[in-house]
Amino acid sequence: MLLIHCPYCDETLPELEFAYAGQAHVVRAADPSSQTDEEWRDFLFIRDNVKGVHAERWQHVHGCGRFFNALRHTVSDKFLTTYKAGEPRPVLDDTERSA
Amino acid sequence: MNPYRVYGKGRIDHRAPVSFTFDGKTYEGRRGDTVASALLANGVHLMGRSFKYHRPRGPVSAGSEEPNALIGTKRGTGRYEPNTRATVQEIYPGLKTNSQNTYPSLKFDLGAVNDAAYMLFSAGFYYKTFMWPKSFWDKVYEPFIREAAGLGRSPTERDPDHYASRYHHTDVLVVGTGPAGIAAALSAARTGLRVTLVDENAEAGGTLLSEPQAVIDGAPAWDWLEAQLAELKALGVRVMTRTTAIGYYHQNMVALCEKLTDHLDAPDPDMPRERMWRVRAGQVILAQGALEKPLVFDGNDRPGVMLAGAAQTYLHRYGVLVGKRAVVATSHDSAWYASFDLHDEGCEIAAIVDTRADLRADLVEAAAARGIEMHLNHSVSGTDGRLRVKSIRINRMRDGKAAFGRRIFCDCVLMSGGWTPSLHLFSHTMGKLAWNDDLTAFLPDVKTEACQIAGAGRGLWGIEAALNDGFAMGAAAAEALGKSGATPTLGVTHDRTGTGVTQIELPTDRSPSSARAFVDYQNDVTAKDLRLAVREGMRSIEHVKRYTTNGMATDQGKMSNINGLNIAADALGKPQPQVGLTTFRPPYTPTTFGAFAGYHKGGHFEVTRKTPIDGWAEKNGAVYEPVSLWRRAWYFPQNGEDMDQAVARECRATRESLGIFDASTLGKIEVVGPDAVEFMNRMYTNPWTKLAPGRARYGLLLGDDGFIRDDGVIGRMSQDRFHVTTTTGGAARVLNMMEDYLQTEWGDLQVWLTSTTEQWATIALNGPNARKLLEPLTEGLDLSDEAFPHMSVAECTIAGLPARLFRISFTGELGFEVNVPARHGRALWETLMDAGAQYDICPYGTETMHVLRAEKGYIIVGQDTDGTVTPYDAGIGWAVGKAKPDFVGKRGLARPDLVAPGRKQLVGLLTEDHSKLEEGAQIVRDPKEAVPMTMVGHVTSSYDSVAMGRPIALALLAGGHDLMGEIVHIPMPDRIIAAKVTGTVFYDPDNTRLKL
Ligand SMILES: [Zn+2]
Repeated sequence: MLLIHCPYCDETLPELEFAYAGQAHVVRAADPSSQTDEEWRDFLFIRDNVKGVHAERWQHVHGCGRFFNALRHTVSDKFLTTYKAGEPRPVLDDTERSA
Repeated sequence: MNPYRVYGKGRIDHRAPVSFTFDGKTYEGRRGDTVASALLANGVHLMGRSFKYHRPRGPVSAGSEEPNALIGTKRGTGRYEPNTRATVQEIYPGLKTNSQNTYPSLKFDLGAVNDAAYMLFSAGFYYKTFMWPKSFWDKVYEPFIREAAGLGRSPTERDPDHYASRYHHTDVLVVGTGPAGIAAALSAARTGLRVTLVDENAEAGGTLLSEPQAVIDGAPAWDWLEAQLAELKALGVRVMTRTTAIGYYHQNMVALCEKLTDHLDAPDPDMPRERMWRVRAGQVILAQGALEKPLVFDGNDRPGVMLAGAAQTYLHRYGVLVGKRAVVATSHDSAWYASFDLHDEGCEIAAIVDTRADLRADLVEAAAARGIEMHLNHSVSGTDGRLRVKSIRINRMRDGKAAFGRRIFCDCVLMSGGWTPSLHLFSHTMGKLAWNDDLTAFLPDVKTEACQIAGAGRGLWGIEAALNDGFAMGAAAAEALGKSGATPTLGVTHDRTGTGVTQIELPTDRSPSSARAFVDYQNDVTAKDLRLAVREGMRSIEHVKRYTTNGMATDQGKMSNINGLNIAADALGKPQPQVGLTTFRPPYTPTTFGAFAGYHKGGHFEVTRKTPIDGWAEKNGAVYEPVSLWRRAWYFPQNGEDMDQAVARECRATRESLGIFDASTLGKIEVVGPDAVEFMNRMYTNPWTKLAPGRARYGLLLGDDGFIRDDGVIGRMSQDRFHVTTTTGGAARVLNMMEDYLQTEWGDLQVWLTSTTEQWATIALNGPNARKLLEPLTEGLDLSDEAFPHMSVAECTIAGLPARLFRISFTGELGFEVNVPARHGRALWETLMDAGAQYDICPYGTETMHVLRAEKGYIIVGQDTDGTVTPYDAGIGWAVGKAKPDFVGKRGLARPDLVAPGRKQLVGLLTEDHSKLEEGAQIVRDPKEAVPMTMVGHVTSSYDSVAMGRPIALALLAGGHDLMGEIVHIPMPDRIIAAKVTGTVFYDPDNTRLKL
């Protein structure tokens, strides 16, 4: 069972308190009606399938209830960092990338 | 009494006899024996039959890696466990055990015909042999294989035991109590860290228990062990025996399964049988040692053929000689020491057969001094004996080939193919392994977790090496946790280090194709099977494994994987690392379902949510149905009514006079804030701006894909406050979805969301007399149709209780929903029941609610919709606020596939013959079409309708809205039912009854 750091509570807590919420940084257009069919399809359905560092959303569902973002390595499953919703994706150095 | 017991030897209590049974016969062992050691003390090697060929088998090991000696154990009703390793199960008075996979008896078994027919069962047999003719599979092959092949039988009774689970936090967790583990625990604990030391055996000590000759730091091994265990205790180390580390998970979480009662004479019934520990450790030290490899030769599975190290353990730990005349077959020095130990306790060693030509002089001298015959540079080409080995056939090697064989009579064969580190837990962490050519073994290499590997687990042989490595690794773990301590170095005399060579299947002078040289005993996989798999095109070890089932039995290949790899690599002509080792997965040893389930069974399996009115329903005979985690009153049978009769009565009473329904499970969310109305506009399809406080509206929630997610009536309590209701099952999901959009998309909105599902008790009153009941109980509100019309909401006082009153209806009758604080729910219900007596008020359950809403064509999200239904498909496009600039799902509704013709649409169905359709039944247009027919939809709801005097149904039907009045067909196993397509509203289509 993973330990996950909630950037809002600033606590590292067991995975049981959290729920996965899909890929991060998928932006819902400000005016969806102006989106082409292809753009809307991509927004709804097209996701990365990364072998390596993946930016994804988690919710501290059995805690503060907040959604936040994380960089996680999909091979080791390890969380490299977590950050608040709305913040840009952090840049990792190479050692972290391969963790 | 025990003809093979060596009195005075071992860790058992020679003065404490213990009686138990095996296959109905009573045997006597000693306190401290396992079933295997006790049977061996009685000269019994034959303990079971093999999985596929039903070959007679006996124990090959003395530990949890045992593939052969699987037995059933029984302690009274429900306490039967199949596939228990006889080498692990401790005996207690009255223990009943039985052999498995035998018919009619262990010694005479009919299934052994498989052994003669073994050509049929070679590698991949289930892919090939029984594929033709096709019709034979169900009737001939499968029943036969199921009957003949297999392990123990599952118990049929409910398990009366209970199981516990606990969390545990420790600085250092040490797995294994051999010399490496004990040393590691000592050096970590001496720095002041909290240390937990676990071992799967009944007693701590590991290898030390089998090697009492060693002298550690001047003390005999067992004295040293006792002193160290005392020090560990004094240091506060938690030492847990009978506790298996079954899995090593992320971030140093290790699962331990602790056996608490399986060894006790008469366990306290309140005591859990097993306890699952979830341990989070700062550092983990794996000190699991190494496992001995069998040699692979024809007949290496005959009872009496076992690992040399196991024989040594039976002697030193249990005081048992496994035979009176042994032949030792080995490619490793360690078996020589075992030979000497057995010889010195009175077992005749008929010969030591070693595949190597050159041996250490001291070993040869020691054997010669004992008068033991030695055959170096020899192979083994077979054994004989029906239920027990009687002789072994050995061959001198010339130029790598086996010359003519000769027989040596014996009653046991002690073999050793060397040792392989126990890598299982390390592999669970996805740690990388490195191949070591000298040891012909994989060793731990790159770690992914905060762990150390000590002793034989990383290829260090001998007690001194393991011990000092343990001290060093304990100190390394402490240092990683910010502590520093000394790293002592202890000297060990009479240590037994040694080397060996790794063998593939041993050369034979006979036809290799007729050799039954087993690699995986439990799954009956031979060397020939592995070579066949390679010949048939399997290249990776993962393919070879699956094709042959090598290493796929309950022992997970603890003995077979490395031999299998060596043989496959030889067949492929590739080095082992290029062929690869199969992945080990948790659990390390077979673990009961009970231990995994822990407390989560029966009433504790999952939370049962109950409404404040649940107790009244229970008292009044409600039959319940589960709805998500809730238990809801399904119907209230009276005077022996069945469900149909009760539901018909409840429907009639509600439509004719007054029904009362507990709707407390409805999800409720309070949406509050200056931007509440804007939030509602963006979230729901409907327009909310013009909805005045005091009014309510049916709200429809989509996903951004345009499909219906949830629905419910929503009341506007004030300018900045909405009382949102959701479906019973959707409450948490809807709140999360709202939070998601609010937190991550619409940071501009000032809105707060609060779940109030459990704060309100909700009672629905429906029927022409609903107002008459409520009016005299209501203060501060005019309930007339003019003052409080359909779709109104208000705060008022009802029966003296503060209430939120909705005028809404999910039945088509005049309806109200009273919300009061949950703690008053039961009191209000009882007040309404008393006051309603004059109207023959009728409590109804969820089934009647379903019928009444279906008569009106009101959908149930999740029943009439399935996640691919749009509002237009469901016929509720009127709820979509098209003029709004955006809402969740608006863009989705314009997707080309959602506006395309031919979508499945919700319609009514009336059967021509007035029969009731099955929910889920498929619909076709042409009943004469050949199978497979073109399916154009399915029935979503179907009920007997009292109001309509006939069954009614709702269905999703392709292009259904354009098929009104047409006949469709519903094929059933016995007939095809014709039904007319209608609108979805069957009852009171003009809604006159809502406006009473
Ligand atoms: Zn939090």
